[in-house]
Amino acid sequence: MTETASRSKTTGLGQKGPSFLMALPAVAFFGIFALIPLIGVVVISFMEWNVLGSPEWVGLTNWEAVLFDRPFTWTALGLTVTFVIGSYLFQAPVALLLGVFMAGQQRYRALLAVLYFLPLLFSSVAVGLTFQSLFSPNYGLSAALPFEWLPNDWLANSDLVMWVMIFVVGWCFVPFHGLLYQAGVRQIPASMYEAATIDGAGRLRQFFSITLPQLRYTIITSSTLMLVGSLTYFDLIYVLTGGQPADAVRILPLDMYVTGFASYNLGYASVIAVILVAIGLTLSLLLNVLSGSSKMDSDKAGA
Amino acid sequence: MRKATRMAAAGLGVTSLMAISACGGGGDNGGGGDADANAWILTGGGWPAIEEDFNRWNESNEDAQIDVEGIENDSYKGQIRTAVGSGEAPTLIMSWTGGALLEYAEQDAVVDLTGETGDLEERVFDSVWQNGQVEDSTYAVPLNDVQPVVMYYNQEVFDEAGVEIPETWEDVEAAIETFNENDVAPFSLAGGSVWPALMWLQYLTDRHGGEEVFQAVVEGEEGAWDNESILFALETMQDLGENGGFIDSYNSVTADQNEDAQLLADGQAAMLLQGSWVYATINNDFPEFADSGNFGFTSFPTLEDGAGDPSNIVGNPANFWSVSADASEEEQQIAMDYISENLYNEETVDAMLEAGSLPPLNDIEEEIAATEDADFLEFSSQLVGDANNFQLSWDQAVAPEVAQPLTDNLSGILRGEMTPQEFVDAMNAL
Repeated sequence: MTETASRSKTTGLGQKGPSFLMALPAVAFFGIFALIPLIGVVVISFMEWNVLGSPEWVGLTNWEAVLFDRPFTWTALGLTVTFVIGSYLFQAPVALLLGVFMAGQQRYRALLAVLYFLPLLFSSVAVGLTFQSLFSPNYGLSAALPFEWLPNDWLANSDLVMWVMIFVVGWCFVPFHGLLYQAGVRQIPASMYEAATIDGAGRLRQFFSITLPQLRYTIITSSTLMLVGSLTYFDLIYVLTGGQPADAVRILPLDMYVTGFASYNLGYASVIAVILVAIGLTLSLLLNVLSGSSKMDSDKAGA
Repeated sequence: MRKATRMAAAGLGVTSLMAISACGGGGDNGGGGDADANAWILTGGGWPAIEEDFNRWNESNEDAQIDVEGIENDSYKGQIRTAVGSGEAPTLIMSWTGGALLEYAEQDAVVDLTGETGDLEERVFDSVWQNGQVEDSTYAVPLNDVQPVVMYYNQEVFDEAGVEIPETWEDVEAAIETFNENDVAPFSLAGGSVWPALMWLQYLTDRHGGEEVFQAVVEGEEGAWDNESILFALETMQDLGENGGFIDSYNSVTADQNEDAQLLADGQAAMLLQGSWVYATINNDFPEFADSGNFGFTSFPTLEDGAGDPSNIVGNPANFWSVSADASEEEQQIAMDYISENLYNEETVDAMLEAGSLPPLNDIEEEIAATEDADFLEFSSQLVGDANNFQLSWDQAVAPEVAQPLTDNLSGILRGEMTPQEFVDAMNAL
């Protein structure tokens, strides 16, 4: 993002950036695979459709039903908020620290970096099945370790399962964000640190005064991905819990799937989908505005 | 009772196994070529044998080709619904009968097959055949093996505790007490997957009140869930959960990776109520236990004073073929010929038996006796053959929209978050 922004400034006298023609394939692709289905979903949200028969126009009935007559929608929204915030609070600090560590020069760093990176290579189904075995009450962690205080109903306890899911999903995505931060840290000119060292700044001071501020665009990118990503996250939760225990982790994306493809209520499911899209768009717009990324510029210039 | 395919669904693998080429001998044989019938089958399990069967059919019937496509279980259910709804269904429509077949028949999406099925009706067990009928007309015919739910047990655990295999519910109650004193779980149960618990609900309801109780639900009778037999079954299940009937952690045990069977094989539990496919699972995954001579199977106990016929069983009668009403007449004819001339031919039956699965036929006793798994196959053949009624899994039998709430509410029962009365009220409200 920053790159193109700066380049367009240097090329553009009359014309800002390359011709629109070059963007055409991408725009067409986006239109066919994102916009048209989205319009379809909005249309279906005004219809009653059980997949088998033909859809029937019912106006605002689905919307009224999902928003006002179905208390679970709000429960699911609450669960989604918990999941998104919980995931962010877990993933962001861990990924940042891991990224800073991996960008350093310590011994065995390369080897450790490869190990940290591994979860990203596994398919979510494989990860799900592995964790399912680990959480098994009779053959998993709790049975293998001699700690009495370990619970053995990791996935069946409705007070616990949300935190378990936040951990497992975080485990999968921390490496990716760690990688982003690693790249970000590597771009910080070494001269800054040298100057700081001469000025007598310690490691901690350097981290807070140089590394963190220099990483701000990486933080914005990574945060947007984390927040919007966990807002729409589905597969691991589905594999591990199948939405059971029903009231504890059925966040909106899962609720949408269950409503649409297990209960065959495409109308309700589309309403939930539209709500999700709206929240997702608002969230990323908000992040953009808050971070001032519209006036984002390269921060190499001063260095 | 969908058989543990969540993970496959999440993988979203719509594997198109193969489209058998119909081009074979070139274009000089007049018609035929354009009007190929088609069929969607599933992947995995016993389905490759069904595909083989289609291959043989296509080789010997140049003019009546059937294209076959394999689809993964969970995505099949969504796809077939969309296809039937939009009039694009394959010529041969596979279903588990129940609520889905009822909807197809009501919407005239499938053809009445009465009188078009050759000698199949005489060969197939009555209790299985009934499932393909809607109001005395045949709309679907079975195509593969029958899957009754049976009680597996570990003889070694019984010997150690000095308990006999229970035949009545009183025996069960006494056995639970003894097992608990010996620190062994009486029943393994994959409550985390919920659908195995449905088997308990079905058997207990049927033993207590007979098949009419659930029939009333299927027929949409007002308030049919609020029935003393269903309440009895739910109460009994909660009692089993609270008072050491089911294994302690049953809400965390899942069937996806056969943990419930492993608990039986390890001797941590004495008994397991599960589908007939678990026989093959135990043979493949826990061969030591399977060969130890301690692996046994029996029918669900009878209930003293229960109104239900003790020969009744529950499970999946089979997968069934229907013929699409949207297909051309030529395609329909090919499909009907395939059904009446080819289903359960000798080679296919042998392949099924070899895989340890049981075709629902009453004329294959000799073939069964010759197989390696004769014990189990003879047992289940007798179970199915003698059954007065074969209750299709409830999650298949009810209207497709009701299956998910049924699972959710049953999960509430298992976790003790819902009372039996709340369960029936919630189901009646749908």
